[in-house]
Amino acid sequence: MILLWLLGSAIVGVPILALWGDGRKGRWLFIAINFLVLSCSVLAAKDFLQQGPLAAMGEELRMDAFSLILVLLNSVVGMMTAWFSAGYWQQEVQHHHFGKGRQRLYHAMFQSFLATMLLALLSNNLGILWVALEGATLSTVLLVSLLLSCESLEAAWKYFILCGVGLAMALFGTVLLYFAAQPVLGTGAQALLWSALHHHAASLNGTVMALAFVFILVGYGTKVGLAPLNSWLPDAHAAGPSTVSAVLSGLLLNVALYAILRYKSLADAALGPAFASRLLLVFGLLSLLLAAFSMLRQHDVKRLFAYSSAEHMGIICIAFGLGGPLAIFAGVLHMLGHSLAKTSVFFSVGRAIQESDSRELEDLHGILASRPVLGWSLLLSVLAILGMPPGSLFLSEFLIVVASVQHAWFITPLLLLGLGTAFAAILPRLLQMLYGAPNSPKVILSGKDLRPAFLQILAVMTLGIWIPVSLDGWMHSIVGILQ
Amino acid sequence: MHPAMDWFSLPSLLKFLAAWMLLLSFALLAQRRLLSLIHLLAWQGVTLAVITSLVAQLTDDRLLWLSAALTFALKGLLVPTLLHRILRRLQVRGDVEMSLNVTSTQLIGIVLVIFAFALAAPLSGALPAVTHGMLGIALAAFLLAFLMMITRRKAISEVVGFLAMDNALFFAATSATLGMPLIVELGIALDALIAFVILGVFFFHIRESFESLDLHWLERLREDQ
Repeated sequence: MILLWLLGSAIVGVPILALWGDGRKGRWLFIAINFLVLSCSVLAAKDFLQQGPLAAMGEELRMDAFSLILVLLNSVVGMMTAWFSAGYWQQEVQHHHFGKGRQRLYHAMFQSFLATMLLALLSNNLGILWVALEGATLSTVLLVSLLLSCESLEAAWKYFILCGVGLAMALFGTVLLYFAAQPVLGTGAQALLWSALHHHAASLNGTVMALAFVFILVGYGTKVGLAPLNSWLPDAHAAGPSTVSAVLSGLLLNVALYAILRYKSLADAALGPAFASRLLLVFGLLSLLLAAFSMLRQHDVKRLFAYSSAEHMGIICIAFGLGGPLAIFAGVLHMLGHSLAKTSVFFSVGRAIQESDSRELEDLHGILASRPVLGWSLLLSVLAILGMPPGSLFLSEFLIVVASVQHAWFITPLLLLGLGTAFAAILPRLLQMLYGAPNSPKVILSGKDLRPAFLQILAVMTLGIWIPVSLDGWMHSIVGILQ
Repeated sequence: MHPAMDWFSLPSLLKFLAAWMLLLSFALLAQRRLLSLIHLLAWQGVTLAVITSLVAQLTDDRLLWLSAALTFALKGLLVPTLLHRILRRLQVRGDVEMSLNVTSTQLIGIVLVIFAFALAAPLSGALPAVTHGMLGIALAAFLLAFLMMITRRKAISEVVGFLAMDNALFFAATSATLGMPLIVELGIALDALIAFVILGVFFFHIRESFESLDLHWLERLREDQ
């Protein structure tokens, strides 16, 4: 029941914001709706602690430990983004003279994006998972093209076409899965239910499952930002508003990866673990290295951090490709840490871009002197994303390196090369942004707008030192789900 | 049954239509005129609807009739008509620009078909008796549409490639699994409709900003700016 409330509150928000999502009331409504969603997901977590996996609508909706963690993450980040968006969006409206229609469009599409991602996480039906991810793509296309400039239209077009092709491949994979499931589970919707499939996974036809997994990996991999089909990612991040970049990086990539992992657990049971794991390792390494080297020659701050997201997704894929309790634990922790840290990076970067009216790295300097609060949030969030202790990304990256030495030592040097290159690409640019001659006199920005960013950084640091007991338990049960 | 009668039996008609589907995919790959491209797409949609209804007749599956009707309405009528109107409203003229000439694309297409058949061969044993051997054709049509998308330059022809890919997907779903579960199929149709509306809006914005639907203009976002 609580699942229906959770999903319902997110979905009802879309028409509400489409009708009244402008001006001050729109910003408040956006926050209120996401606060409601957050409370519902906390209640769902409480139910989960008492009863274990929850289901609704005849198993169509289902929440196990893996979806629960991501649902909580999505609703926390959604709430924080709505909070940050209040101040950020007000400035954007003034700067670009957005009319009422455009403000409603922004809020409604944003909410529909958050709601479809929630549906993707809660759906037990792998067909509906596809429908939800396609819905999330369609909502963000309009958000990316919000400015209607040549650049944003181009980015949105590229995003639409590339992700469209990727999703078409994923649908083909879904059809193949249904094909493999029919002899075992019969026709009808129950043959696409993940829980049923997982139960009977060992008796699925291996050849079909192999083909299906390849289509799924390439298809959803496009959305995860895995090389080689990730050229939409930097463009879409750069062209959209920073709040949109934040949730694209922080949430959408995770949800697409979640879809791949659901399929992986089925493919593992049908084929043995080697097949899917090797594919994930290869794609992960390729994305990590390509993204890390692309970062070296970026001059646009948002593109830089967009590539950093592709790099982190590569690391997470490597973790799940390595397999084993340690690596899976580290992978999930890295998903959490990356989302929280990357969204606060985009919050800070978004404010910095508004202050200096440019996305070029050479125009951004001396922020620590001219805007101290902003400078600190930028410093802390970027250090967290670089994997500095005590952030949780340090812990997870360390564990992944350890796991790679244990299971596949030959990838360890490549992994370290990727991490080192990314570090070398970001740190000098961070220093340049923070120090150097300020390009405007010192202004004390009110820290109010950046509170969500600081709260998320705090969460990342806490996770690096102390993981709450129930979260720890959930993460261990994910190991059971994914193996 | 008399051998001459066999030609007109439903299963052999189905085989013929499946082959026709593949032929249309090749025609799409070869066609240079935008208007004819849309006509071919409409033909593909209609063929798909007929195939689906034949399968529905043969397997006595009521849900497939619904799917056939939906296919006919959306892919056979609505989408081509809207594309046609967009083409007229925007006054896009002339031919499709290709980054690769017709002959080489066709040759690559043949290789793709062989690849698809080889890929689908081990699976054909598990297919429903009615649609035996059709999964290979669906996979081939899918890859051909993909090839079309990557070799085309104009926004509209990219979209036609995209829609052809969509047709191939539905073809695959019909031939491999006799359609998807109803709830999934409805969801997919809804998504496709929304996508199409967004596309329409997009065309006008692109036209306004770039004064052209040629994707040459859409190549400013490069790494080395």
